[in-house]
Amino acid sequence: MTTQNRPLSPHLQVYRPQLTSMMSITHRVTGVALAVGTLLLVWWLVAAATGPEAYATAQGVISSVIGRLFLFGWTLALFYHLCNGIRHLFWDAGYGFELKSAYASGWAVLVATVALTLLAWVWGYATLAGATGTGAAGGGA
Amino acid sequence: MSLRSPLGRVRGLGSAREGVGHWWAQRLTALSLIPLTLWFCVAVASLAGADYVTFRAWVGQPVNAGLLILLIVAVFYHAVLGVQVVIEDYVHGEGAKLALLLITKALAVVLGLAALLSVLTILFRG
Repeated sequence: MTTQNRPLSPHLQVYRPQLTSMMSITHRVTGVALAVGTLLLVWWLVAAATGPEAYATAQGVISSVIGRLFLFGWTLALFYHLCNGIRHLFWDAGYGFELKSAYASGWAVLVATVALTLLAWVWGYATLAGATGTGAAGGGA
Repeated sequence: MSLRSPLGRVRGLGSAREGVGHWWAQRLTALSLIPLTLWFCVAVASLAGADYVTFRAWVGQPVNAGLLILLIVAVFYHAVLGVQVVIEDYVHGEGAKLALLLITKALAVVLGLAALLSVLTILFRG
């Protein structure tokens, strides 16, 4: 059976962008970005398992200015995908479909994303400041 | 009235011939990733700037290693399911689609295994 002549859905360009549709595509974009971001997680773990030199190299790249920019972007993407993912799970369970709730939850996701990202980075820099000199990084041991 | 044939309905697998397994797996990994991701973010923020010895000591704690392994499995499973849907939606050539799907799965297996083996190496070698 030919699949070439099936009807197409209307082209995206004819729609005015809305919060809901933009957040929907952003969920996908952040998802793909996070899938690529797993490379950093794997590199970090493999470097730590390999030895001190490999770990120092990874740590050096991650803590460079460009490394931190990427990490900040991935933090934003992670919290967005996490918060919006929870929003999607509520939809999957059948809740929050009314236009008003869809917009309210959308704004809540955006606010939570920014708040959690800032919190994580303040926390991280507080750890860095506290670790200088003492050599203790907390979070375990 | 349903447009599906009685045989199609009784098999319950739909046009993709795989039923709702993909959908459920994506939701269940998503659910498990809510607490795992929050734990991971707190851990990474607390480990900012950690040196080699500190980081290995942290990964070497059984609870941390266990949670890392759960996180790695859930992350790569969830990522493959998500990227698969994106590829299926936007790549229309059958050959390119198949190639990309296979590459995605192979990459996830290799990267996931590398991460798991690293955690296990640190856990058991100290």
